Amino acid sequence: MDVFLNLPVLVQVALKGLAVICVMFPIAGACSMAERKVSAWIQSRPGPNRTILPVFRWVPVVGPFLQKLGAFQLAADGLKFLFKEEIVPGQVNRLYFILAPVIAMIPALSTVTFVPFGASIDHAGRVFPLMLANVDVGLLAVFAVASLGIYSIILAGWASNSKYPFLGAMRASAQLVSYELSLTLSVLPVFLWINAPGTAGTMSLAKAVEFQSQAGFWGGAWFIITMPVSALVFIIALFAETNRQPFDMPESESDLVGGFHTEYGAFKWALFFVAEYSNMIVGSGVFVLLFLGGWNPIPWVSLATLAGWLGIAGHPVLVGAISILIFIGKILAMLFFFMWVRWTVPRFRYDQVMEIGWKKLLPLAIANLVVYAIGIALIQK
Amino acid sequence: MAHLLFLVFSVFSAVCAAGIVLSRNSVNAAMFLLLSLLGIAGLFVSLDAFLLAFLLLLVYAGAVVALFVFIVMLLDTGGGTSPARSLVAKLAGLVALALIAAGLGSFALRGRLAAPGAAGIPAVGASLKAYAYQLFTLYLLPVEIVGFLLLITMIGVIVLSRKEEGNP
Repeated sequence: MDVFLNLPVLVQVALKGLAVICVMFPIAGACSMAERKVSAWIQSRPGPNRTILPVFRWVPVVGPFLQKLGAFQLAADGLKFLFKEEIVPGQVNRLYFILAPVIAMIPALSTVTFVPFGASIDHAGRVFPLMLANVDVGLLAVFAVASLGIYSIILAGWASNSKYPFLGAMRASAQLVSYELSLTLSVLPVFLWINAPGTAGTMSLAKAVEFQSQAGFWGGAWFIITMPVSALVFIIALFAETNRQPFDMPESESDLVGGFHTEYGAFKWALFFVAEYSNMIVGSGVFVLLFLGGWNPIPWVSLATLAGWLGIAGHPVLVGAISILIFIGKILAMLFFFMWVRWTVPRFRYDQVMEIGWKKLLPLAIANLVVYAIGIALIQK
Repeated sequence: MAHLLFLVFSVFSAVCAAGIVLSRNSVNAAMFLLLSLLGIAGLFVSLDAFLLAFLLLLVYAGAVVALFVFIVMLLDTGGGTSPARSLVAKLAGLVALALIAAGLGSFALRGRLAAPGAAGIPAVGASLKAYAYQLFTLYLLPVEIVGFLLLITMIGVIVLSRKEEGNP
Protein backbone atom coordinates (compact mmCIF):
# COMPACT_ATOMS: atom_id res chain seq x y z
CA MET A 1 0.00 0.00 0.00
CA ASP A 2 2.76 2.44 0.93
CA VAL A 3 4.64 1.51 -2.23
CA PHE A 4 1.61 2.54 -4.27
CA LEU A 5 1.11 5.83 -2.41
CA ASN A 6 4.77 6.76 -2.95
CA LEU A 7 4.43 6.62 -6.74
CA PRO A 8 3.99 9.91 -8.64
CA VAL A 9 0.37 11.07 -8.85
CA LEU A 10 0.13 10.61 -12.61
CA VAL A 11 1.38 7.01 -12.38
CA GLN A 12 -1.17 6.29 -9.65
CA VAL A 13 -3.93 7.73 -11.82
CA ALA A 14 -2.80 5.70 -14.81
CA LEU A 15 -2.67 2.49 -12.76
CA LYS A 16 -6.16 3.10 -11.37
CA GLY A 17 -7.50 3.77 -14.84
CA LEU A 18 -5.87 0.60 -16.16
CA ALA A 19 -7.38 -1.37 -13.28
CA VAL A 20 -10.86 -0.07 -14.13
CA ILE A 21 -10.45 -1.07 -17.79
CA CYS A 22 -9.02 -4.49 -16.91
CA VAL A 23 -11.92 -5.23 -14.55
CA MET A 24 -14.84 -3.71 -16.47
CA PHE A 25 -14.14 -4.98 -19.99
CA PRO A 26 -14.05 -8.71 -19.11
CA ILE A 27 -17.07 -8.39 -16.79
CA ALA A 28 -19.03 -6.56 -19.49
CA GLY A 29 -18.05 -9.24 -22.01
CA ALA A 30 -19.08 -11.97 -19.61
CA CYS A 31 -22.39 -10.15 -19.11
CA SER A 32 -23.20 -10.24 -22.83
CA MET A 33 -22.40 -13.96 -22.70
CA ALA A 34 -24.52 -14.53 -19.61
CA GLU A 35 -27.34 -12.57 -21.19
CA ARG A 36 -27.53 -15.08 -24.05
CA LYS A 37 -27.34 -18.07 -21.75
CA VAL A 38 -29.92 -16.72 -19.27
CA SER A 39 -32.29 -15.82 -22.10
CA ALA A 40 -31.88 -19.36 -23.44
CA TRP A 41 -32.69 -20.93 -20.08
CA ILE A 42 -35.73 -18.69 -19.64
CA GLN A 43 -36.98 -19.63 -23.10
CA SER A 44 -36.14 -23.38 -22.71
CA ARG A 45 -33.43 -23.31 -25.37
CA PRO A 46 -29.89 -24.67 -25.00
CA GLY A 47 -28.27 -21.36 -25.97
CA PRO A 48 -24.69 -21.11 -27.27
CA ASN A 49 -23.18 -24.60 -26.75
CA ARG A 50 -20.87 -25.33 -29.71
CA THR A 51 -17.79 -23.13 -29.39
CA ILE A 52 -14.71 -24.79 -27.94
CA LEU A 53 -10.96 -24.31 -28.06
CA PRO A 54 -9.29 -27.32 -29.74
CA VAL A 55 -7.12 -27.92 -26.66
CA PHE A 56 -10.15 -28.39 -24.42
CA ARG A 57 -11.76 -30.90 -26.80
CA TRP A 58 -9.62 -33.68 -25.34
CA VAL A 59 -10.10 -32.74 -21.65
CA PRO A 60 -12.56 -35.40 -20.38
CA VAL A 61 -15.32 -33.96 -18.15
CA VAL A 62 -14.39 -30.28 -17.95
CA GLY A 63 -14.16 -29.70 -21.71
CA PRO A 64 -17.70 -30.78 -22.65
CA PHE A 65 -19.06 -29.03 -19.55
CA LEU A 66 -17.48 -25.69 -20.54
CA GLN A 67 -18.65 -26.27 -24.12
CA LYS A 68 -22.25 -26.83 -23.02
CA LEU A 69 -21.99 -23.73 -20.81
CA GLY A 70 -20.86 -21.68 -23.80
CA ALA A 71 -17.83 -20.39 -21.91
CA PHE A 72 -15.73 -19.96 -25.06
CA GLN A 73 -18.40 -18.02 -26.91
CA LEU A 74 -17.15 -14.96 -25.03
CA ALA A 75 -13.72 -15.17 -26.67
CA ALA A 76 -15.26 -15.93 -30.07
CA ASP A 77 -17.57 -12.91 -29.86
CA GLY A 78 -14.82 -10.61 -28.69
CA LEU A 79 -12.50 -11.67 -31.51
CA LYS A 80 -15.31 -11.32 -34.02
CA PHE A 81 -15.87 -7.68 -33.04
CA LEU A 82 -12.15 -7.03 -33.20
CA PHE A 83 -11.60 -8.50 -36.67
CA LYS A 84 -14.78 -7.39 -38.41
CA GLU A 85 -14.41 -4.68 -41.03
CA GLU A 86 -14.93 -1.21 -39.58
CA ILE A 87 -17.53 0.37 -41.84
CA VAL A 88 -18.35 4.07 -41.79
CA PRO A 89 -21.45 4.60 -43.93
CA GLY A 90 -21.26 7.34 -46.55
CA GLN A 91 -24.07 9.58 -45.31
CA VAL A 92 -22.86 10.05 -41.74
CA ASN A 93 -21.17 12.96 -40.02
CA ARG A 94 -17.78 11.27 -39.63
CA LEU A 95 -16.46 13.18 -36.62
CA TYR A 96 -19.47 12.65 -34.35
CA PHE A 97 -20.12 9.14 -35.72
CA ILE A 98 -16.69 7.98 -34.57
CA LEU A 99 -16.73 10.09 -31.42
CA ALA A 100 -20.07 8.77 -30.11
CA PRO A 101 -18.92 5.27 -28.98
CA VAL A 102 -15.85 6.84 -27.37
CA ILE A 103 -18.03 9.32 -25.50
CA ALA A 104 -20.15 6.38 -24.33
CA MET A 105 -17.12 4.79 -22.68
CA ILE A 106 -15.91 7.87 -20.76
CA PRO A 107 -18.74 8.30 -18.23
CA ALA A 108 -19.35 4.54 -18.10
CA LEU A 109 -15.81 3.87 -16.91
CA SER A 110 -15.24 7.01 -14.82
CA THR A 111 -18.27 6.44 -12.58
CA VAL A 112 -16.61 3.22 -11.40
CA THR A 113 -14.02 5.27 -9.51
CA PHE A 114 -16.64 6.78 -7.19
CA VAL A 115 -18.17 3.46 -6.13
CA PRO A 116 -16.70 1.79 -3.04
CA PHE A 117 -16.38 -1.92 -3.81
CA GLY A 118 -15.49 -3.34 -0.43
CA ALA A 119 -14.35 -2.55 3.06
CA SER A 120 -11.72 -3.70 5.42
CA ILE A 121 -11.19 -3.50 9.16
CA ASP A 122 -7.85 -2.30 10.46
CA HIS A 123 -6.23 -3.51 13.66
CA ALA A 124 -7.96 -0.84 15.72
CA GLY A 125 -11.33 -2.25 14.64
CA ARG A 126 -12.28 0.69 12.41
CA VAL A 127 -14.04 -0.09 9.12
CA PHE A 128 -12.63 1.74 6.11
CA PRO A 129 -14.04 1.54 2.57
CA LEU A 130 -12.00 0.41 -0.44
CA MET A 131 -12.49 2.75 -3.38
CA LEU A 132 -10.52 4.52 -6.07
CA ALA A 133 -11.57 8.14 -5.45
CA ASN A 134 -12.89 8.94 -2.00
CA VAL A 135 -15.03 12.06 -2.44
CA ASP A 136 -17.54 13.24 0.10
CA VAL A 137 -20.23 13.78 -2.55
CA GLY A 138 -19.94 10.20 -3.84
CA LEU A 139 -23.49 9.58 -4.98
CA LEU A 140 -23.83 13.02 -6.57
CA ALA A 141 -20.59 12.40 -8.46
CA VAL A 142 -21.93 9.11 -9.84
CA PHE A 143 -25.20 10.74 -10.94
CA ALA A 144 -23.46 13.78 -12.43
CA VAL A 145 -20.91 11.86 -14.48
CA ALA A 146 -23.41 9.18 -15.51
CA SER A 147 -25.78 11.87 -16.80
CA LEU A 148 -23.20 12.74 -19.46
CA GLY A 149 -23.68 9.31 -21.05
CA ILE A 150 -26.77 10.63 -22.82
CA TYR A 151 -24.59 12.52 -25.33
CA SER A 152 -23.22 9.34 -26.84
CA ILE A 153 -26.73 8.18 -27.75
CA ILE A 154 -27.86 11.60 -28.99
CA LEU A 155 -24.73 12.10 -31.08
CA ALA A 156 -24.80 8.56 -32.44
CA GLY A 157 -28.40 8.99 -33.54
CA TRP A 158 -27.87 12.41 -35.02
CA ALA A 159 -24.56 11.69 -36.74
CA SER A 160 -25.95 8.54 -38.39
CA ASN A 161 -28.09 10.86 -40.52
CA SER A 162 -30.84 8.32 -41.03
CA LYS A 163 -34.41 8.02 -39.78
CA TYR A 164 -34.39 5.15 -37.26
CA PRO A 165 -31.23 6.11 -35.36
CA PHE A 166 -32.56 9.66 -35.20
CA LEU A 167 -35.87 8.52 -33.68
CA GLY A 168 -33.94 6.40 -31.19
CA ALA A 169 -31.84 9.39 -30.15
CA MET A 170 -34.90 11.60 -29.70
CA ARG A 171 -36.53 8.98 -27.50
CA ALA A 172 -33.36 8.51 -25.49
CA SER A 173 -32.90 12.18 -24.72
CA ALA A 174 -36.49 12.59 -23.52
CA GLN A 175 -36.49 9.32 -21.55
CA LEU A 176 -33.18 9.75 -19.75
CA VAL A 177 -33.90 13.31 -18.64
CA SER A 178 -37.38 12.31 -17.43
CA TYR A 179 -36.28 9.39 -15.28
CA GLU A 180 -33.29 11.20 -13.81
CA LEU A 181 -35.74 13.20 -11.66
CA SER A 182 -37.31 10.12 -10.06
CA LEU A 183 -33.88 8.51 -9.64
CA THR A 184 -32.53 11.49 -7.72
CA LEU A 185 -35.68 12.01 -5.63
CA SER A 186 -35.85 8.35 -4.63
CA VAL A 187 -32.49 8.38 -2.82
CA LEU A 188 -33.17 11.55 -0.84
CA PRO A 189 -34.95 9.77 2.07
CA VAL A 190 -31.86 7.59 2.55
CA PHE A 191 -29.61 10.62 2.89
CA LEU A 192 -32.16 12.51 5.03
CA TRP A 193 -31.91 9.59 7.44
CA ILE A 194 -28.11 9.36 7.30
CA ASN A 195 -27.55 13.09 7.81
CA ALA A 196 -29.11 13.23 11.25
CA PRO A 197 -28.98 16.58 13.09
CA GLY A 198 -25.55 17.24 14.54
CA THR A 199 -23.61 15.14 12.03
CA ALA A 200 -21.45 16.54 9.25
CA GLY A 201 -23.44 16.45 6.00
CA THR A 202 -22.40 13.78 3.54
CA MET A 203 -23.48 12.12 0.30
CA SER A 204 -20.92 9.35 0.64
CA LEU A 205 -21.96 5.86 -0.46
CA ALA A 206 -19.69 4.23 2.11
CA LYS A 207 -21.53 6.15 4.85
CA ALA A 208 -24.80 4.63 3.64
CA VAL A 209 -23.38 1.14 4.14
CA GLU A 210 -22.04 2.10 7.55
CA PHE A 211 -25.57 3.02 8.58
CA GLN A 212 -26.84 -0.41 7.57
CA SER A 213 -24.25 -2.24 9.65
CA GLN A 214 -25.08 -0.90 13.10
CA ALA A 215 -26.20 -3.00 16.04
CA GLY A 216 -29.85 -3.47 16.97
CA PHE A 217 -32.98 -4.20 14.98
CA TRP A 218 -33.29 -0.81 13.22
CA GLY A 219 -29.55 -0.31 12.93
CA GLY A 220 -28.95 -3.57 11.09
CA ALA A 221 -31.99 -3.41 8.80
CA TRP A 222 -31.09 -2.73 5.19
CA PHE A 223 -32.71 0.30 3.63
CA ILE A 224 -34.73 -1.91 1.29
CA ILE A 225 -36.58 -3.07 4.42
CA THR A 226 -37.05 0.35 5.96
CA MET A 227 -37.57 2.26 2.69
CA PRO A 228 -39.13 -0.16 0.20
CA VAL A 229 -40.81 2.52 -1.93
CA SER A 230 -37.51 4.35 -2.43
CA ALA A 231 -35.90 1.09 -3.52
CA LEU A 232 -38.74 0.35 -5.94
CA VAL A 233 -38.65 3.80 -7.55
CA PHE A 234 -34.86 3.66 -7.75
CA ILE A 235 -34.77 0.27 -9.45
CA ILE A 236 -37.45 1.22 -12.01
CA ALA A 237 -35.67 4.49 -12.80
CA LEU A 238 -32.41 2.57 -13.04
CA PHE A 239 -33.88 0.27 -15.69
CA ALA A 240 -34.93 3.35 -17.65
CA GLU A 241 -31.57 5.10 -17.23
CA THR A 242 -29.61 2.09 -18.43
CA ASN A 243 -31.93 1.58 -21.43
CA ARG A 244 -32.80 -1.93 -20.33
CA GLN A 245 -35.97 -3.66 -21.31
CA PRO A 246 -38.83 -2.92 -20.64
CA PHE A 247 -37.50 0.63 -21.16
CA ASP A 248 -35.18 0.13 -24.14
CA MET A 249 -36.92 2.74 -26.27
CA PRO A 250 -33.71 4.10 -27.86
CA GLU A 251 -33.02 0.80 -29.60
CA SER A 252 -36.33 -1.09 -29.58
CA GLU A 253 -35.56 -3.60 -32.33
CA SER A 254 -39.14 -4.34 -33.31
CA ASP A 255 -39.97 -0.80 -34.40
CA LEU A 256 -36.62 0.98 -34.88
CA VAL A 257 -34.40 -1.79 -36.34
CA GLY A 258 -31.57 -1.10 -33.89
CA GLY A 259 -32.37 2.42 -32.77
CA PHE A 260 -29.41 4.68 -32.23
CA HIS A 261 -26.87 2.02 -33.21
CA THR A 262 -28.51 0.86 -36.45
CA GLU A 263 -25.63 2.20 -38.55
CA TYR A 264 -22.90 0.88 -36.27
CA GLY A 265 -20.98 -2.36 -36.56
CA ALA A 266 -17.88 -4.17 -35.38
CA PHE A 267 -15.89 -2.67 -32.53
CA LYS A 268 -17.74 0.65 -32.41
CA TRP A 269 -20.96 -1.27 -31.80
CA ALA A 270 -19.25 -3.38 -29.15
CA LEU A 271 -18.14 -0.23 -27.30
CA PHE A 272 -21.79 0.83 -26.93
CA PHE A 273 -22.51 -2.51 -25.33
CA VAL A 274 -19.55 -2.49 -23.01
CA ALA A 275 -20.76 0.97 -21.93
CA GLU A 276 -24.31 -0.30 -21.40
CA TYR A 277 -23.19 -3.22 -19.25
CA SER A 278 -20.73 -1.00 -17.42
CA ASN A 279 -23.59 1.39 -16.59
CA MET A 280 -25.63 -1.58 -15.40
CA ILE A 281 -22.79 -2.75 -13.16
CA VAL A 282 -22.29 0.69 -11.63
CA GLY A 283 -26.05 1.16 -11.23
CA SER A 284 -26.41 -2.21 -9.52
CA GLY A 285 -23.43 -1.33 -7.34
CA VAL A 286 -25.09 1.89 -6.20
CA PHE A 287 -28.35 0.02 -5.54
CA VAL A 288 -26.53 -2.63 -3.51
CA LEU A 289 -24.71 0.03 -1.48
CA LEU A 290 -27.81 2.11 -0.80
CA PHE A 291 -30.48 -0.50 -0.27
CA LEU A 292 -28.93 -3.98 0.01
CA GLY A 293 -26.38 -3.38 2.74
CA GLY A 294 -23.27 -3.11 0.57
CA TRP A 295 -20.66 -5.58 1.79
CA ASN A 296 -22.69 -6.85 4.76
CA PRO A 297 -23.51 -10.54 4.14
CA ILE A 298 -27.17 -10.65 5.28
CA PRO A 299 -29.48 -8.19 7.09
CA TRP A 300 -28.65 -7.71 10.78
CA VAL A 301 -25.22 -9.37 10.33
CA SER A 302 -22.46 -6.84 9.62
CA LEU A 303 -19.10 -7.51 8.02
CA ALA A 304 -17.38 -7.07 11.40
CA THR A 305 -19.65 -9.71 12.97
CA LEU A 306 -18.96 -12.12 10.12
CA ALA A 307 -15.22 -11.55 10.50
CA GLY A 308 -15.59 -12.33 14.20
CA TRP A 309 -17.42 -15.60 13.45
CA LEU A 310 -14.84 -16.68 10.90
CA GLY A 311 -12.00 -15.75 13.27
CA ILE A 312 -10.26 -13.45 10.76
CA ALA A 313 -10.98 -10.17 12.53
CA GLY A 314 -7.30 -9.25 12.77
CA HIS A 315 -6.47 -9.71 9.07
CA PRO A 316 -7.35 -6.57 7.03
CA VAL A 317 -6.47 -8.21 3.70
CA LEU A 318 -8.64 -11.31 4.29
CA VAL A 319 -11.59 -9.23 5.50
CA GLY A 320 -11.17 -6.94 2.48
CA ALA A 321 -11.17 -9.91 0.10
CA ILE A 322 -14.32 -11.36 1.68
CA SER A 323 -16.10 -8.00 1.57
CA ILE A 324 -15.25 -7.62 -2.13
CA LEU A 325 -16.54 -11.16 -2.80
CA ILE A 326 -19.82 -10.42 -1.00
CA PHE A 327 -20.24 -7.13 -2.87
CA ILE A 328 -19.50 -8.68 -6.27
CA GLY A 329 -21.85 -11.58 -5.48
CA LYS A 330 -24.66 -9.11 -4.82
CA ILE A 331 -23.89 -7.22 -8.03
CA LEU A 332 -24.01 -10.48 -10.02
CA ALA A 333 -27.38 -11.26 -8.45
CA MET A 334 -28.59 -7.80 -9.50
CA LEU A 335 -27.30 -8.34 -13.05
CA PHE A 336 -29.18 -11.63 -13.17
CA PHE A 337 -32.28 -9.72 -12.04
CA PHE A 338 -31.77 -7.26 -14.91
CA MET A 339 -31.63 -10.14 -17.40
CA TRP A 340 -34.53 -11.96 -15.79
CA VAL A 341 -36.73 -8.89 -16.17
CA ARG A 342 -35.55 -8.34 -19.74
CA TRP A 343 -36.65 -11.79 -20.86
CA THR A 344 -39.89 -11.79 -18.86
CA VAL A 345 -41.55 -8.39 -19.28
CA PRO A 346 -42.56 -7.12 -22.74
CA ARG A 347 -41.39 -3.69 -23.91
CA PHE A 348 -43.52 -0.62 -23.15
CA ARG A 349 -44.81 1.66 -25.86
CA TYR A 350 -43.13 5.04 -25.93
CA ASP A 351 -46.18 6.95 -24.65
CA GLN A 352 -46.46 4.44 -21.81
CA VAL A 353 -42.83 5.09 -20.86
CA MET A 354 -43.49 8.82 -20.65
CA GLU A 355 -46.72 8.29 -18.73
CA ILE A 356 -45.08 5.97 -16.20
CA GLY A 357 -42.20 8.40 -15.75
CA TRP A 358 -44.11 11.63 -15.29
CA LYS A 359 -47.55 10.61 -14.03
CA LYS A 360 -46.76 7.61 -11.84
CA LEU A 361 -43.11 7.36 -10.80
CA LEU A 362 -42.45 11.07 -10.17
CA PRO A 363 -45.55 11.65 -7.95
CA LEU A 364 -44.74 8.42 -6.12
CA ALA A 365 -41.16 9.57 -5.52
CA ILE A 366 -42.31 13.00 -4.29
CA ALA A 367 -44.98 11.50 -1.98
CA ASN A 368 -42.42 9.03 -0.64
CA LEU A 369 -39.99 11.88 0.03
CA VAL A 370 -42.60 13.99 1.86
CA VAL A 371 -43.78 11.07 4.03
CA TYR A 372 -40.24 10.07 4.97
CA ALA A 373 -39.18 13.70 5.56
CA ILE A 374 -42.02 14.13 8.08
CA GLY A 375 -41.33 10.74 9.67
CA ILE A 376 -37.58 11.32 9.95
CA ALA A 377 -38.15 14.80 11.37
CA LEU A 378 -40.41 13.31 14.07
CA ILE A 379 -38.00 10.46 14.92
CA GLN A 380 -34.79 12.48 14.95
CA LYS A 381 -36.31 15.50 16.73
CA MET B 1 0.23 22.25 -10.06
CA ALA B 2 -2.96 24.03 -8.94
CA HIS B 3 -1.91 27.16 -10.81
CA LEU B 4 -1.27 25.14 -13.98
CA LEU B 5 -4.66 23.39 -13.68
CA PHE B 6 -6.36 26.77 -13.23
CA LEU B 7 -4.70 28.07 -16.40
CA VAL B 8 -5.55 24.94 -18.40
CA PHE B 9 -9.20 24.86 -17.35
CA SER B 10 -9.81 28.59 -17.74
CA VAL B 11 -8.19 28.78 -21.18
CA PHE B 12 -10.10 25.65 -22.21
CA SER B 13 -13.49 27.01 -21.19
CA ALA B 14 -12.77 30.45 -22.67
CA VAL B 15 -11.76 28.92 -26.02
CA CYS B 16 -14.85 26.71 -26.00
CA ALA B 17 -17.03 29.71 -25.13
CA ALA B 18 -15.64 31.49 -28.19
CA GLY B 19 -16.40 28.32 -30.14
CA ILE B 20 -20.08 28.52 -29.11
CA VAL B 21 -20.42 31.99 -30.63
CA LEU B 22 -18.31 31.37 -33.72
CA SER B 23 -19.53 27.96 -34.90
CA ARG B 24 -22.25 28.16 -37.52
CA ASN B 25 -23.46 24.60 -37.04
CA SER B 26 -25.83 24.58 -34.08
CA VAL B 27 -24.89 21.05 -32.92
CA ASN B 28 -21.22 22.09 -32.84
CA ALA B 29 -22.19 25.14 -30.80
CA ALA B 30 -24.06 22.97 -28.28
CA MET B 31 -21.07 20.63 -28.00
CA PHE B 32 -18.79 23.62 -27.38
CA LEU B 33 -21.20 24.74 -24.64
CA LEU B 34 -20.90 21.29 -23.09
CA LEU B 35 -17.08 21.41 -23.21
CA SER B 36 -17.06 24.91 -21.77
CA LEU B 37 -19.24 23.74 -18.86
CA LEU B 38 -16.86 20.81 -18.29
CA GLY B 39 -13.98 23.29 -18.10
CA ILE B 40 -15.85 25.37 -15.51
CA ALA B 41 -16.61 22.21 -13.50
CA GLY B 42 -12.87 21.51 -13.59
CA LEU B 43 -12.24 25.02 -12.21
CA PHE B 44 -14.67 24.33 -9.36
CA VAL B 45 -12.92 21.04 -8.59
CA SER B 46 -9.54 22.77 -8.48
CA LEU B 47 -11.11 25.18 -5.95
CA ASP B 48 -12.23 22.17 -3.85
CA ALA B 49 -15.88 23.06 -4.49
CA PHE B 50 -16.85 19.49 -5.40
CA LEU B 51 -20.54 19.99 -4.74
CA LEU B 52 -20.78 22.95 -7.14
CA ALA B 53 -18.79 21.08 -9.78
CA PHE B 54 -21.03 18.01 -9.69
CA LEU B 55 -24.24 20.04 -9.52
CA LEU B 56 -23.08 21.98 -12.57
CA LEU B 57 -22.46 18.70 -14.39
CA LEU B 58 -25.74 17.14 -13.26
CA VAL B 59 -28.03 20.07 -14.01
CA TYR B 60 -26.42 21.99 -16.85
CA ALA B 61 -24.17 19.52 -18.67
CA GLY B 62 -26.38 16.49 -18.05
CA ALA B 63 -29.85 17.93 -18.55
CA VAL B 64 -30.01 21.50 -19.88
CA VAL B 65 -27.53 21.09 -22.75
CA ALA B 66 -29.08 17.70 -23.54
CA LEU B 67 -32.41 19.47 -23.98
CA PHE B 68 -30.72 22.14 -26.12
CA VAL B 69 -29.40 19.41 -28.41
CA PHE B 70 -32.85 17.79 -28.35
CA ILE B 71 -34.48 21.04 -29.51
CA VAL B 72 -31.78 21.68 -32.13
CA MET B 73 -32.32 18.22 -33.57
CA LEU B 74 -36.10 18.53 -33.39
CA LEU B 75 -36.20 21.84 -35.26
CA ASP B 76 -33.48 21.23 -37.79
CA THR B 77 -32.53 17.62 -38.36
CA GLY B 78 -29.49 18.50 -40.43
CA GLY B 79 -28.05 20.43 -37.52
CA GLY B 80 -27.74 22.96 -40.33
CA THR B 81 -25.96 26.24 -40.79
CA SER B 82 -27.61 29.52 -39.97
CA PRO B 83 -29.03 31.53 -42.92
CA ALA B 84 -27.35 34.67 -44.21
CA ARG B 85 -27.95 37.63 -41.89
CA SER B 86 -29.94 40.70 -42.82
CA LEU B 87 -28.45 44.19 -43.03
CA VAL B 88 -30.07 45.24 -39.72
CA ALA B 89 -28.58 42.22 -37.93
CA LYS B 90 -25.15 43.00 -39.34
CA LEU B 91 -25.42 46.64 -38.22
CA ALA B 92 -26.56 45.59 -34.74
CA GLY B 93 -23.63 43.16 -34.56
CA LEU B 94 -21.21 45.95 -35.49
CA VAL B 95 -22.67 48.27 -32.83
CA ALA B 96 -22.44 45.52 -30.20
CA LEU B 97 -18.84 44.78 -31.20
CA ALA B 98 -17.97 48.48 -30.96
CA LEU B 99 -19.56 48.68 -27.50
CA ILE B 100 -17.64 45.62 -26.27
CA ALA B 101 -14.40 46.99 -27.74
CA ALA B 102 -15.02 50.37 -26.08
CA GLY B 103 -15.77 48.69 -22.75
CA LEU B 104 -12.70 46.46 -22.88
CA GLY B 105 -10.53 49.36 -24.04
CA SER B 106 -11.62 51.67 -21.25
CA PHE B 107 -11.14 48.86 -18.75
CA ALA B 108 -7.64 48.15 -20.05
CA LEU B 109 -6.73 51.85 -19.97
CA ARG B 110 -8.22 53.01 -16.70
CA GLY B 111 -10.02 50.18 -14.95
CA ARG B 112 -8.88 48.36 -11.87
CA LEU B 113 -10.17 45.10 -10.45
CA ALA B 114 -10.53 45.68 -6.74
CA ALA B 115 -10.07 42.21 -5.30
CA PRO B 116 -12.19 41.86 -2.17
CA GLY B 117 -10.03 41.13 0.84
CA ALA B 118 -10.14 37.63 2.21
CA ALA B 119 -11.66 39.07 5.38
CA GLY B 120 -14.60 40.43 3.42
CA ILE B 121 -15.74 36.98 2.26
CA PRO B 122 -17.62 35.03 4.92
CA ALA B 123 -15.93 31.66 5.41
CA VAL B 124 -18.73 29.12 5.36
CA GLY B 125 -16.80 26.17 4.01
CA ALA B 126 -17.46 23.98 0.99
CA SER B 127 -19.22 21.14 2.78
CA LEU B 128 -22.70 19.99 1.91
CA LYS B 129 -24.01 21.22 5.24
CA ALA B 130 -22.53 24.69 4.81
CA TYR B 131 -24.27 25.14 1.46
CA ALA B 132 -27.57 23.84 2.78
CA TYR B 133 -27.39 26.09 5.84
CA GLN B 134 -26.73 29.19 3.73
CA LEU B 135 -29.51 28.33 1.28
CA PHE B 136 -32.08 27.90 4.02
CA THR B 137 -31.09 30.94 6.10
CA LEU B 138 -29.34 33.89 4.41
CA TYR B 139 -30.43 33.12 0.84
CA LEU B 140 -33.89 31.74 1.54
CA LEU B 141 -35.74 34.60 -0.17
CA PRO B 142 -33.75 34.50 -3.47
CA VAL B 143 -34.13 30.71 -3.59
CA GLU B 144 -37.87 30.95 -3.06
CA ILE B 145 -38.19 33.70 -5.69
CA VAL B 146 -36.24 31.65 -8.26
CA GLY B 147 -38.38 28.61 -7.46
CA PHE B 148 -41.52 30.70 -7.95
CA LEU B 149 -40.20 31.99 -11.28
CA LEU B 150 -39.62 28.42 -12.46
CA LEU B 151 -43.15 27.49 -11.37
CA ILE B 152 -44.57 30.40 -13.41
CA THR B 153 -42.53 29.26 -16.43
CA MET B 154 -43.78 25.71 -16.03
CA ILE B 155 -47.44 26.78 -15.82
CA GLY B 156 -46.90 29.08 -18.80
CA VAL B 157 -45.49 26.24 -20.89
CA ILE B 158 -48.40 23.98 -19.99
CA VAL B 159 -50.95 26.68 -20.88
CA LEU B 160 -49.24 27.53 -24.17
CA SER B 161 -48.77 23.94 -25.29
CA ARG B 162 -52.27 22.77 -24.36
CA LYS B 163 -54.41 21.81 -27.31
CA GLU B 164 -57.87 23.35 -27.54
CA GLU B 165 -60.83 20.98 -27.47
CA GLY B 166 -61.79 19.99 -30.99
CA ASN B 167 -59.01 22.14 -32.45
CA PRO B 168 -55.86 20.02 -32.31
